Amino acid sequence: MAAVATGGTGGLGRFALRPEAGSFLGLIVVYTFFAILGGQNFIGSPGWSSWLNTAADVGIIALPVGLLMIAGELDISVGAVLPASSLTVAIISGHFGLPIYLGIASALGVGIAVGFLNGLLVTQTGIPSLIATIGTMFGVMGLTLGFTILIAGSTGVFITPDPLTKSLFGDALGGMFQVAIFWWSGFAAVIYWLLHVSPWGNWIAALGGDRVSARNAGIPTQRLTILLYMLSGFAAAFVGVTQVITFGSAQVAAGSSFIFNAIMCVVIGGVLLTGGSGSVIGIVLGTMTFAIVNQGIFFSGLNPNFGSIVIGALLLAAVLSNDTFHALALRHAAKRS
Amino acid sequence: MSEKIPVLELQRVDKSFGPIEVLNEVSLKVNAGEVLCLLGDNGAGKSTLIKTLAGVHKPTRGKILMDGQEVAFAGPRDAAGRGIATVHQFGGTFPLMSIGRSFFVGVEPTKGWGPFKRFDRKKANEIAVKAVQDFGITRIDDGERLVGGLSGGERQSLAIARAVHFGARVLILDEPTAALGVKQASHVLRIVNETKRRGLAVIFITHQVMHAMAVGDHFAVLIRGAIAADFRKGEKTREEITDLMAGGETMAQLEANVEGNT
Ligand SMILES: Nc1ncnc2c1ncn2[C@@H]1O[C@H](COP(=O)(O)OP(=O)(O)OP(=O)(O)O)[C@@H](O)[C@H]1O
Ligand SMILES: [Mg+2]
Repeated sequence: MAAVATGGTGGLGRFALRPEAGSFLGLIVVYTFFAILGGQNFIGSPGWSSWLNTAADVGIIALPVGLLMIAGELDISVGAVLPASSLTVAIISGHFGLPIYLGIASALGVGIAVGFLNGLLVTQTGIPSLIATIGTMFGVMGLTLGFTILIAGSTGVFITPDPLTKSLFGDALGGMFQVAIFWWSGFAAVIYWLLHVSPWGNWIAALGGDRVSARNAGIPTQRLTILLYMLSGFAAAFVGVTQVITFGSAQVAAGSSFIFNAIMCVVIGGVLLTGGSGSVIGIVLGTMTFAIVNQGIFFSGLNPNFGSIVIGALLLAAVLSNDTFHALALRHAAKRS
Repeated sequence: MSEKIPVLELQRVDKSFGPIEVLNEVSLKVNAGEVLCLLGDNGAGKSTLIKTLAGVHKPTRGKILMDGQEVAFAGPRDAAGRGIATVHQFGGTFPLMSIGRSFFVGVEPTKGWGPFKRFDRKKANEIAVKAVQDFGITRIDDGERLVGGLSGGERQSLAIARAVHFGARVLILDEPTAALGVKQASHVLRIVNETKRRGLAVIFITHQVMHAMAVGDHFAVLIRGAIAADFRKGEKTREEITDLMAGGETMAQLEANVEGNT
């Protein structure tokens, strides 16, 4: 959700440059709500670990998906890359018993390859990214299912990771906090650097603002788009790796919930659907908000369907306030002159 | 002035889109330190002409010369690289970016080295703000403000300041004052004058004769893709120019037509 500057003679200024402010407010409201209903359990480590674990998985994917949305593109295929990656690890290192690093490297390679393909499709054919990545999603799903049945003879494959791998990707501190939370922090730091510190961030925002002008300004728009897709493929595959190592098994059907959840985290985090604007802190806050609702509902004793309604309402509120922010930023001019 | 070599020159340029002929034997000269006003009715081919100059379209026939040498633009980037900058009606194309960031899109100043280069936001903001203030727009003092939050005139000024900062030699303005009120338009006109004073060649497209007369040194009227009149400052009165812009019909004829229709 975006912060909307009210009145003020100095105008929109710095405040509106911080769309995070609105996301933070949303987070506080939602947390307070579930803290009141959920009580001690939710406020204590059971609550924190449960929503942080959820946030970490979807958050690792939401970050690069957010970058893509800032650049004006969508990536639906993450929902198929995740199980494809899990199964790659399970088949190579579980079914065939090859070294685990080989399985992990191949899984990440699958993610990067699908991302590369997405990037090529979007930049070379002009097919809207929504459609192009739905296409690759079905393609990857079909291949995953086909190969898994062909090789393993079932839709689920098991693996017993060694202790080192387990502690790197699949352990839980105190039996509660998954290591994925630390990976998520790492991803957030790197992507924060990309978007807000390095000159690349400017290119990404320009790409989502106006592709033609960005290209005329000398930005390698096609290469940048392809790289962003490779990053989101990599992130989805990474979550696939942590999941297969955490659970010791991989299922063909896993992952589709990540598609909409990741997009919701990004939008709740204040990224404009039309691209051109967004922040990493916003995406992280949006992910936390989403995860708090998603898990808080179990602590609150409310009907689980209520959680979906809250998330739906949050999403609408976020889009409305993002649009208001956008409109205000543009309308501001008329008032001053 | 006429013996100077023009910065940019068109020689008998035709442009057709398939069977549709839009430009017909257009010849024009643009000199450094001068404003060329391009006038013409809707659909006369003004936008097509400047897109040809900016490397978006390739001429079907005819020559484009820069400093007396024939050139062929590979694309808008090539033209921009040779110093031809186009500012569109709404100025900044990245409304949701800050002034400092949008000023430096594609040429970001950095500090640090290698893969750890950081975007130098402070420097970008300072340079951008200084560049606009040098044009007399002192109200812009914060490089963090969003471009979309600026007024139309301020946005035009920012875009012009940017082009000048990055060494443009020819500045093309496509109806920069069309959407502006009187006060804002006069700001932009002042900046056009300042740009000219700095030795750039300016091509100024407008429908408003008053705006054209306020800054123009040289005028060309385009009617159905051909140059119908080409004259210098002071050679024609406001009424004559208005008549020319109305497509060759006199104002009196136009009034008669309007009345005849009621
Ligand atoms: N890409 C194109 N393909 C076909 N016809 C075109 C193309 N671009 C422009 N035209 C035609 O060329 C003519 C001149 O268009 P242009 O946009 O250059 O006019 P203009 O003088 O800029 O008008 P306005 O004042 O309305 O902006 C129009 O009839 C238009 O339909
Ligand atoms: Mg036009």
